[in-house]
Amino acid sequence: MIVEIGHYALALALGVSVIQALVPLWGLSRQDRALAAVGTSAALIGFALVALSFAALVASYVRSDFSVANVFENSHSAQPLLYKFTSVWGNHEGSLLLWVLILTLFGALVALSHRSLPPRLRAGALAAQGLVAAAFLAFTLFTSNPFRRLSPAPAEGQDLNPILQDLGLAIHPPLLYIGYVGFSMTYAFAVAALIDGRIDAMWARAVRPWTLLAWTFLTLGIAMGSYWAYYELGWGGWWFWDPVENASFMPWLAGTALIHSTVVMEKRDALKVWTILLAILTFSLSLLGTFVVRSGVLTSVHSFATDPARGLFILLILVFFVGGSLALFAWRAPLLRQGGLFAPVSRESALVVNNIFLATACATVFVGTLYPLALEMLTGDKISVGAPFFNATFVPVVVPLLLLLPIGQSLAWKRGDLLGAAQRNAAAFAIAAVAALALIAFTRGGPVLAPLGVGLGLFLVLGAGFDLAERVVARASGWPAMLSRARGLPRSAWGTALAHAGIGLSIIGIAAAAWSSEAIAVLKPGERLTAGRYTVVLESVLPRTGPNFRAEVARFQLFSGDRELAPLEASKRVYTARAMPTTEAGIHTDWLSQAYVSLGEGQDGGLAVRLYDKPLILLIWIGAIVMAFGGALSLTDRRFRLAAPRRAAPAAAAQPAE
Amino acid sequence: MTAAQTTRQWPAKRRMTRKQRRLSMIAAAGAVLALAAGLVLFAMRDSIVFFYGPTEIAEKGVAPGTRMRLGGLVETGSVQRGPGQRVAFAVTDGRSTVKVSYDGLLPDLFREGQGVVTEGIFEGAGRFKADSVLAKHDETYMPREVADTLKKQGHWQGEAGAAAPAKP
Repeated sequence: MIVEIGHYALALALGVSVIQALVPLWGLSRQDRALAAVGTSAALIGFALVALSFAALVASYVRSDFSVANVFENSHSAQPLLYKFTSVWGNHEGSLLLWVLILTLFGALVALSHRSLPPRLRAGALAAQGLVAAAFLAFTLFTSNPFRRLSPAPAEGQDLNPILQDLGLAIHPPLLYIGYVGFSMTYAFAVAALIDGRIDAMWARAVRPWTLLAWTFLTLGIAMGSYWAYYELGWGGWWFWDPVENASFMPWLAGTALIHSTVVMEKRDALKVWTILLAILTFSLSLLGTFVVRSGVLTSVHSFATDPARGLFILLILVFFVGGSLALFAWRAPLLRQGGLFAPVSRESALVVNNIFLATACATVFVGTLYPLALEMLTGDKISVGAPFFNATFVPVVVPLLLLLPIGQSLAWKRGDLLGAAQRNAAAFAIAAVAALALIAFTRGGPVLAPLGVGLGLFLVLGAGFDLAERVVARASGWPAMLSRARGLPRSAWGTALAHAGIGLSIIGIAAAAWSSEAIAVLKPGERLTAGRYTVVLESVLPRTGPNFRAEVARFQLFSGDRELAPLEASKRVYTARAMPTTEAGIHTDWLSQAYVSLGEGQDGGLAVRLYDKPLILLIWIGAIVMAFGGALSLTDRRFRLAAPRRAAPAAAAQPAE
Repeated sequence: MTAAQTTRQWPAKRRMTRKQRRLSMIAAAGAVLALAAGLVLFAMRDSIVFFYGPTEIAEKGVAPGTRMRLGGLVETGSVQRGPGQRVAFAVTDGRSTVKVSYDGLLPDLFREGQGVVTEGIFEGAGRFKADSVLAKHDETYMPREVADTLKKQGHWQGEAGAAAPAKP
């Protein structure tokens, strides 16, 4: 019964989203306020229906109702409750329902934020959003229905893919989807602006929170996905430039550019057409990512059950929304009034440079990801584009951007002083350069790029810190004055500094990867293996039984030099339902570094063991979390700005003009 | 043009800014894009790896020393372990076979009779030195390239046979 209610609610939601898409448009064209406002209630009802439907699916999973095909294929009665719950989105159909749930949640949030949005903009945005929701609801219902029944009902399920039976599944997909889908909101606002033919700073102010929200979650989602792959796959890598990773990285790059361009639009009423285009492209890249991940057109290490037939449907959705919005853009963009002018040396110009580099970087990732597909269609040759390609293209584009970042950050709006900005960052640059040189001297014979990378990261962290410090210290005397000044800085200033410092931290972590070391050996109990600073001694190998798996657990003692650090366990599991093995790495966190042990096959009475020394690796993800925290902080700035938009905007703009 | 003339033109320059600034912006964007395009083209020549099946290696006359990806089925009974973590196995597409040697840990889902993709150097004479063997997340998953290779050689038997999820 519950299942049927869920199914019915989903079908009803499709109908409601069609109303949400069409009626407000009609109302807008007839200048009918009442009709245009229909989108608000439709968005709320649509969300309630999809939530009901999602709850029904969750209930079937938690109760292990194997008469539902989706539950049968992806769950097992012996699973712990948490994994029964997360199994809901550990498969194509359920994750699509999560996608739609988040999509309609965003629609409902926009519907609720009625006081802060101009009514015409909100009506148009909800209509565009309803259209996206309708397309994905139709996709779910007609090609990927999670409520399909089995008769007779099997007694036991086939279990979830063991790699997904992990806390990572509880965290990573919801975060990533909130990010992906959140950009549908900026897309909807862009389409609404194009329909309306009007766009101003108010638009930017309305869109900015949604962009920030999506970006913050996408940052966390990508970082958590990367950490999950790192500890679960057992080969110690955290980023493979794999198509599926790139699919989430491209919207992140475009979204980062979008955050910066909306600032320019908000503060200076410029860059309008480009911002609209960027908003459209960002969500288009999200859709492209969905297509790449789900259709299996590109070979990926992160592929789960894929289905080319479904891929075609997504391709149609992709073509419709990308093509449609770009056509609308080509038709209506010339109507948008030209924005303000700005001087070549100014914060806004710096942000334009930021956008140029980010868009170019995104383009290189795009080419690297899709070129194999294009080549295969044209010539039939199969190629793979891996890390070497991206190191040779993406990195050289991003490094100048990062070098310029602290300088751009300390330029004033309207008319900046390049020399002054450079001088203000001279101290940060000098410290970073000295640190890099010292590292080169200290690690002589080692990789040269790593110290330079650390120096770059340090420059970003120090640049962000000094920039803040200067605003707090300047013209303030004594601690109380400084403290009140620090409190008086807009939250978005803190957010910016944190986000930029976060990039710096991540870069230090990435650069330090060059100093990681690795060793493999076949060990018998009592034997030792050393990699870098760490040594493990294999103590014993024991069998163990889990709820739905059998495991062979290897216990190690970890040493750093002669110092005993900690006992460490790594295991090989075989999940009984699918007879599928997985490796559970043993990881010991040693401040910011990690020792990482994973197991191979047993042979000649020994056990193949791989040990990594990963110096400073945690900084990669800590940096991402700091970035996301910066995004969240800027987001809370909005309330203050919404309360008094007139007063706050010039105050914030005047801040850097010391 | 003399220095005096240049200075005199300053105010005029300021007034023309919309067009000029747009041009300079486009020029900057164009420069960065051109740089990126150059990098992409350069990288395409050096860092792209072709994928071949065992039969294709012979047909296309792949030169020894080429870096490539090799895909096919792990031949049943061909896996030899040791000494140490060294592994030797044969990759087949039903018609031709290539002997692969690999130093390292094999992914969890590496099994005889299953699809595999390896990356490394083709050494000539049917030998391949792999430096990575790609892991997959899903035991029913067959790399698309491997599936195509097998289809071409007429050895395709559906998605990894028995492990495929039962359809009602």
